[in-house]
Amino acid sequence: MTINPTTLLRQDLTRRGVLKGTGALVVSFTAPAAIANAATAAGSAPKRLDPTQLDSYLAIHRDGSATAFFGKIDGGQGTDVGIAQIVAEELDLPASRVAVVMGDTALTIDQGGASGSFGITWGGKPMRNAAAEARQFLLGLAAKRLKTPVEKLTVANGVVSVMGAPARKATYGQLIGGHFFNVTMKWNGKMGNALDVEGTAQPKKPADYKVVGTSPKRRDVAHKVFAQPATYVTDMRVPGMLHARVVRPPTAGAVPNSIDESSVKAIPGVRIVHKDGFVAVLADKEWNAVRAAEKLKIAWSQTAAVFPEPAALYDYIRKAPTRHRKVEKQTGSFDQAIAGAAKTVTADYEWPFQSHASMGSACALAEIKNGTLTLWTGSQKPHYARDGVAALLEMPAEKVHAIWRTGPGSYGRNDAGDAALEAAFLAKTVGRPVRIQGMRPEGIAWDPKGPASIHHARAGLDAAGKIIAYQFESKGFSRLEIDSSEKNPGDSILGQQMGLKLSPTDSFGIPDEAYDIPNRLMAWETIAPFLDRASPLRTSHLRDPVGPQIHFASESFIDELAHAANADPVAFRLQHLKGRDAAAVKAAAEKFGWDPRVSGPRGDPKADVVTGRGIAYVKRLGTIVAVVAEVEVDRRSGKVRAKRFAVAHDCGCVVNPALLHATIEGNIVQATSRSLWEEVRFDRQKVTSVDWETYPILDITDAPEKVDIVLLNHPEIPPTGAGEPSSRPVAGALANAIFDATGVRLRRAPFRPEQVKSSLAT
Amino acid sequence: MTTEFRLVVDGKTHTIRVDDPHMPLLYALRDELGFSNPHFGCGLAQCGACTVHVDGQPVRSCITPLSTVKGAKITTLAGLGTPEHPHPLQTAYVEEQVPQCGYCINGWIMTAAALLKATPHPSDQQIRDGLAGLKCRCGTHMAIIRAVKRAAQA
Repeated sequence: MTINPTTLLRQDLTRRGVLKGTGALVVSFTAPAAIANAATAAGSAPKRLDPTQLDSYLAIHRDGSATAFFGKIDGGQGTDVGIAQIVAEELDLPASRVAVVMGDTALTIDQGGASGSFGITWGGKPMRNAAAEARQFLLGLAAKRLKTPVEKLTVANGVVSVMGAPARKATYGQLIGGHFFNVTMKWNGKMGNALDVEGTAQPKKPADYKVVGTSPKRRDVAHKVFAQPATYVTDMRVPGMLHARVVRPPTAGAVPNSIDESSVKAIPGVRIVHKDGFVAVLADKEWNAVRAAEKLKIAWSQTAAVFPEPAALYDYIRKAPTRHRKVEKQTGSFDQAIAGAAKTVTADYEWPFQSHASMGSACALAEIKNGTLTLWTGSQKPHYARDGVAALLEMPAEKVHAIWRTGPGSYGRNDAGDAALEAAFLAKTVGRPVRIQGMRPEGIAWDPKGPASIHHARAGLDAAGKIIAYQFESKGFSRLEIDSSEKNPGDSILGQQMGLKLSPTDSFGIPDEAYDIPNRLMAWETIAPFLDRASPLRTSHLRDPVGPQIHFASESFIDELAHAANADPVAFRLQHLKGRDAAAVKAAAEKFGWDPRVSGPRGDPKADVVTGRGIAYVKRLGTIVAVVAEVEVDRRSGKVRAKRFAVAHDCGCVVNPALLHATIEGNIVQATSRSLWEEVRFDRQKVTSVDWETYPILDITDAPEKVDIVLLNHPEIPPTGAGEPSSRPVAGALANAIFDATGVRLRRAPFRPEQVKSSLAT
Repeated sequence: MTTEFRLVVDGKTHTIRVDDPHMPLLYALRDELGFSNPHFGCGLAQCGACTVHVDGQPVRSCITPLSTVKGAKITTLAGLGTPEHPHPLQTAYVEEQVPQCGYCINGWIMTAAALLKATPHPSDQQIRDGLAGLKCRCGTHMAIIRAVKRAAQA
């Protein structure tokens, strides 16, 4: 068997990936930097990996350890650790002996990047199957070597031995270390999220899990805590690179009529790149690029008022012509049932545009060498960043090598995709490597936005207080005015500034729940984007796309129905739920110490500070979440404090309880921020949320005191995802708690002090 | 016309020449000296991602002109502690597995380090007040509070 350069490269990576012990704590440095640098050092143009080959997913090294090549990325929730556990489980290795390489297009198959909470759900499937196949293959090799049938062999810690004769053994390293498997698997023909491969081996039964279900720690934490070099995409540097900053227009849709180059003459070494609507400045020194971007005088075209008055946004949506309508769920006859209802309830809800407002604006670095473009990107879909760059520069995708490096935050299609294409375009234009980074407005004013929407709900109760008819209709901007990735340059600001038109997909959604309601009509409508290109209010995926807005409305509405039925909101929900859904509601209520009663204010109605509790329950692609929130409302200021949450979370098989805990807690706190504070401000011509003053988020002084989490583990049910589901019930739970505290129903998010105060006054 | 500056960063003296004496310290640290931290977050002193200690006090290096830190002792997160000799906050951060994306980390740890120096055993409220205004986008606030408490008990 020959060892080709890729195998050697992988060996090299493992040698670099050593565990360093220290006196105070054990710090794992399986350096992602070393991996990417080694990959680059290989020098040859990257070639597409073969999805049918086991070797594309897994390598066993001479020391018997393994590397999994995972075509997604981890945004800080530990998806890579989960993958290591899944692979380790099938291989009978400890998780610590499985390194995970992610997001490098030369080393990993396109598994769609971070997307839809599918990291473990879908991303783990081919990895599990590949590892099971590898184990079977290794057992076959061992059987020959040890001259013993496979049935008489056993594996522990990567050592295959003969049952009853442990001295007769072979390690994985001895069996195949450093060599390719050359095993072909059955590929389902799909790339991206849906990619799967199957072999002939049966993966383990959940009852036999030893590694899945335990809590190994994250591998990137120490890098971050000790500020190791090359941890972030922002840390990447190459010799000879220029720093770039974009200059975005002052109003939406404006293009430069003329650029006064003399305005930046005093700053050393500044270059200006201008093509159609796109303008950037470059300099050897970063600060000079920053100064030049600020000082550059541009005569911009006059633009029309393309946005409505902000106060009229929801009326605008209500009146806007429908571009696309989709009835997603229709059962029984809503019209007939509502006509016969004992009681009907109608309500409308509203949700604003929200920004990713990532911790830092996006950064990317592009270098063209020997006809190959290397892109370091924080995009959570690096394979699509590669494709977008290739399309933009009309290069074969094989000549573009994208290397993901954790960015300054990533919860969807944020500004990282734009930066990737800009860096590549500038590197090609100026003939030198280019590192681009956004200033604060690029990440708040100019990132793709979560869509604003309105939601209309109507339902009928029978005499016993059961829901017999339910209509839920959303109308808003599509969740995909630009695609969730940058694979088409038309979905980037730069592409649009250079004349490519927006080509939006019409997409929204309906509530995901399992209430037993016989007659339903669930639909959505999208309206046209404000602007056909380069709009700061163009929409795309923001964590749990359209989940928070839809379920704010639907779960507030279920609470309104409970109130109309004079019922306790937990009991009311349980009346319409069964099985795992009911179990989650019960578990959250129990953890919280729920007091069953009809919601509404108690005690002194004139008290300055009042408290309340509210529940919300949701599903998301199989995952079930119930959340109880406790709030404190200061009636004088209108300020809402989310004091305490109890969460019950059922995502099937729990791979890593500790990391799942952290992921849920992050979702709850981030969603609290979105519910209480976040709203993109704009005027008729531009977005006016440009920084943290104009786009306030939750402060630590207002962070919850407690988030209790119950994990409802079902090892027999394949994992259904946890990256986003617990984001969606939070706004509803808070609104329901605010109602309980004050008797006032907030139907427009966010619940900022000024809005709450004015709602309390009316 | 360039200006020469001498900077003492994490115990080492560096000399740099810059085009603009008003250039913020952040760019000297990252671009001139090659430190991977602190991070650029906002450039407006609103988020804390660029925080370093100047003579033991946390400052937002993104708006601190170089001309104001001549001769000062600058400490970055990498200089606060190392894997071999970690600061108690770094140990606590690893033990509590605090960061998710982690891009905000300089602000929280460098500010908390100064807080613990002044108030070795802070209450929950003192921790929250002492860290007010810093930004975290991943929602790790509660883990941050747990880590600061853990470090205070170390």
